Amino acid sequence: MRAPDETTIKAGQTLLSVEGVSLSFGGVKAIRNVSFDIRKGEIRAIIGPNGAGKTSMLNVINGFYHPQEGQITFKGIKRKKMRPHDAATGGIARTFQNVALFKSMTTLDNIMAGRTLRMHKSFFWQLLRYGPAEQEEIEHRRKVEEIIDFLEIQHIRRVPVGRLPYGLQKRVELGRALAMEPELLLLDEPMAGMNLEEKEDMCRYVIDVNNHYGTTIALIEHDMGVVMDLANRVVVLDYGQKIADGTPDEVKANKAVIDAYLGVAH
Amino acid sequence: MAQNAIDKSVDTFPKFLLVNARVRGDRPAIREKDLGIWQTWAWAQVKEEVKALALGLKELGIERGDKVAIVGSNKPRLYWAMCATQSIGGIPVPVYQDAVADEMAFVLAHAGAKIAIVENQEQVDKVLSISDRLPSISHVIYDEPRGLRDYDHTRLKWMNEVQEIGRKAFASKYSGDAWEKMIAEGKGSDIAVILYTSGTTGNPKGVMLTYDSVVVSSQNANAFDNLTEKEEVIAYLPMAWVGDHIFSYAQSYVAGYTVNCPESPETIIEDRREIGTSYAFAPPRVYENLLTLTMVRMEDAGRVKRAMFNYFLKHARKWGEKILNKESVPVGARLKYWLGEILVYGPMKNRYGFTNVRVAYTAGEAIGPEIFRYYRSLGVNLKQLYGQTEAAVYITAQPDGEIYADTVGKPSPDVEIKIEPNGEVLFRSPGVFAGYYKDPEKTAETKTPDGWVKSGDAGFFDPKTGHLKIIDRAKDVGKLNDGTLFAPKYIENKLKFYPNIKEAVALGDKRDYVTVMLNIDLVSVGSWAERNNVIYGSYQELAAHPRVYQMLSEHVDEVNKSLSEEGPMAGAQIKRFLILHKELDADDGELTRTQKVRRGFITERYGPLATGLYEGAKEVGITTELTFEDGRKGNISARVKIEDMKPHAPAAPMGKAA
Repeated sequence: MRAPDETTIKAGQTLLSVEGVSLSFGGVKAIRNVSFDIRKGEIRAIIGPNGAGKTSMLNVINGFYHPQEGQITFKGIKRKKMRPHDAATGGIARTFQNVALFKSMTTLDNIMAGRTLRMHKSFFWQLLRYGPAEQEEIEHRRKVEEIIDFLEIQHIRRVPVGRLPYGLQKRVELGRALAMEPELLLLDEPMAGMNLEEKEDMCRYVIDVNNHYGTTIALIEHDMGVVMDLANRVVVLDYGQKIADGTPDEVKANKAVIDAYLGVAH
Repeated sequence: MAQNAIDKSVDTFPKFLLVNARVRGDRPAIREKDLGIWQTWAWAQVKEEVKALALGLKELGIERGDKVAIVGSNKPRLYWAMCATQSIGGIPVPVYQDAVADEMAFVLAHAGAKIAIVENQEQVDKVLSISDRLPSISHVIYDEPRGLRDYDHTRLKWMNEVQEIGRKAFASKYSGDAWEKMIAEGKGSDIAVILYTSGTTGNPKGVMLTYDSVVVSSQNANAFDNLTEKEEVIAYLPMAWVGDHIFSYAQSYVAGYTVNCPESPETIIEDRREIGTSYAFAPPRVYENLLTLTMVRMEDAGRVKRAMFNYFLKHARKWGEKILNKESVPVGARLKYWLGEILVYGPMKNRYGFTNVRVAYTAGEAIGPEIFRYYRSLGVNLKQLYGQTEAAVYITAQPDGEIYADTVGKPSPDVEIKIEPNGEVLFRSPGVFAGYYKDPEKTAETKTPDGWVKSGDAGFFDPKTGHLKIIDRAKDVGKLNDGTLFAPKYIENKLKFYPNIKEAVALGDKRDYVTVMLNIDLVSVGSWAERNNVIYGSYQELAAHPRVYQMLSEHVDEVNKSLSEEGPMAGAQIKRFLILHKELDADDGELTRTQKVRRGFITERYGPLATGLYEGAKEVGITTELTFEDGRKGNISARVKIEDMKPHAPAAPMGKAA
């Protein structure tokens, strides 16, 4: 059920755009009239102080929250709201702020789980695990092994992820998202809670994913230094509103951004 | 195998490759675990890969005698690069992959490498960062293309491209056996490889080894341990290190056995288990780590398992080594060992990947006797050898059935050894190096005109076993006034083997006899004190306790006894000792930051004690300044007692019969 126009978007063209999106929970306005776009092949960062609505924005994009106003255009198709299933089959994968893996399953199985959407043989064949289903599993396993190699996690292939240190769990989660072969990868604070070395590693992997697979990446990040090095373009949210949008240098020089981060005398 | 060994016309590794491709073309030559699966290349395939790469290198301008640097972890294609370079008359120069850019710049510039063949982006970055200091480098070739797509490719080439260039060149301008003819031009007396030794002082030296020396050493080693084409080894030690060059390249090409490259540095234990190596080599710390890991895991194991483990381990300690050495052992003990093999030893060896090990070596530094015996008692034929880059590894090795934890074995085949009056070990063999590259001065310092090489290590032949024992670096070995050899580290290590002794400082150079200053181990002696109702308030008090002195004097006496049985060391028995009133500490400059004693500094700092040791005093008063952890300074004073020891009569050499 792939969108028919999937191959028509070239690097640099708009892959996804949100226009005039507002989201509220009861009386709380989480997002107010925000518009921005994500171009194919770029690394796009969404930053902002705590409670600015960054994660909500991500949840709108992958259909977990449904905005009251505005529309989302993904690969040329306009929608009032995204549905999670459409997002996933359409090629959007994500990782979570708090690692959301199957703790008692191994690294391999967790990443293999990311292939579910790409398995086409019927439940019956998979149950038998014979003939075409076996063939298919071999292909998927190959893809998964490539990801394991890519992320250099061979040594934890058979370790239950619950036993792994946090930094490695984050890497496994990235692996699972990559297993979907997404066109757009949403990373919710991929570096949160990491030490400097782990952060540097993760940056390397994010850049490599973008470089090697050509995956478009939208990430939320707190660490300003990381964002400025990593992202091609940055959108800044504050109290649910967009206050800046542009290259890292432009954003850094923006008065509203400085005020939002450093506070302002009232 | 035998037929390789006899044929003298096969005298370079590319020639061995051709032989292997012909004789055992279908047998696995090298494997690499990639994407979770072991990929195998047979000898015939390796020949084709090497040929394409060799001709590609030739197209890029490698001539006879040109140097090609190889940088990376153990990968099949880097080993092929070595052989490819040799096949067209080039000289491979493997470089330590973890060398920082400056070190690498020195080696690459000194060797004058024309091409650098490297593993991945990390190494490419390193070489590019120093490229302005390396005018001789014309191309950098990489194995792993990841992350390098957007680099400037004018001087950068992927290895597959180079092989493609080679294949095209072969199709267009060479006749059928042109490459084989190039190989035939190589001679045994040519330089096969330059290995840079990581000198502890000064710049690394480039050790040049000829094909003849490497081939002879490999043939001898294969014959010594009956190695055949069926062996499996795992290549995981740095390619720039002579050990890996011999074990994973030279000996494999000569015997035709299989080399396995692990998936990543972190997966070696797992990979070794899957392969089940039959011929293994590792420095002591690898064995140590495996044992520590086992002990830690056993602490967490269930009670039944732990009891079983301890029970059978005790049995193995008693009989395991005897069974391995094929000595006569009672039937009951054999039966129980057999049961232990099923329940404990077998599964343990399987975990370590030692199930199929026929011979395992350790070298590089002294291995703890306990660790050594542990593996042997499980039935792993662990042996020691002594080697150097300058000797193409083999100087001495322990023959099967003659294994001792504290020797390095007998001279390897074709190796002659003599001991200088100052204790330094000299060796001469067909395997010795041709010289240091571009450094005739150092070569002359190390190698005498008649072919003897100074090892820089001091040692002696143990009269009881006829094996060589290495005692210390030759420059650290001194002499007593009567001319007896005095090897401080050797004596100190013997003392430190007792858990009660934490540090020992031996004095004796240019003096009449040997004395030592000791530090007790507060944990070990403290727990003894608790069990024996010895009451103490501080380290100083415990150290001065008469019963502690008595206990340590027993240890010193045992060390004396063992020294008395060691021929030349018998004269270096400890005459007097004392226990220091404070712990030696790096903060006070008494230890280096790596916890080695600074003998000279200590002798000066504790001058009154040193004088007392040699002037027959029974007790010496001393005040010492010390630094507290917060940086404040203070003084402690003490009266330190000195204990006299009675030396043992030197034991007569017992000869072979014993």
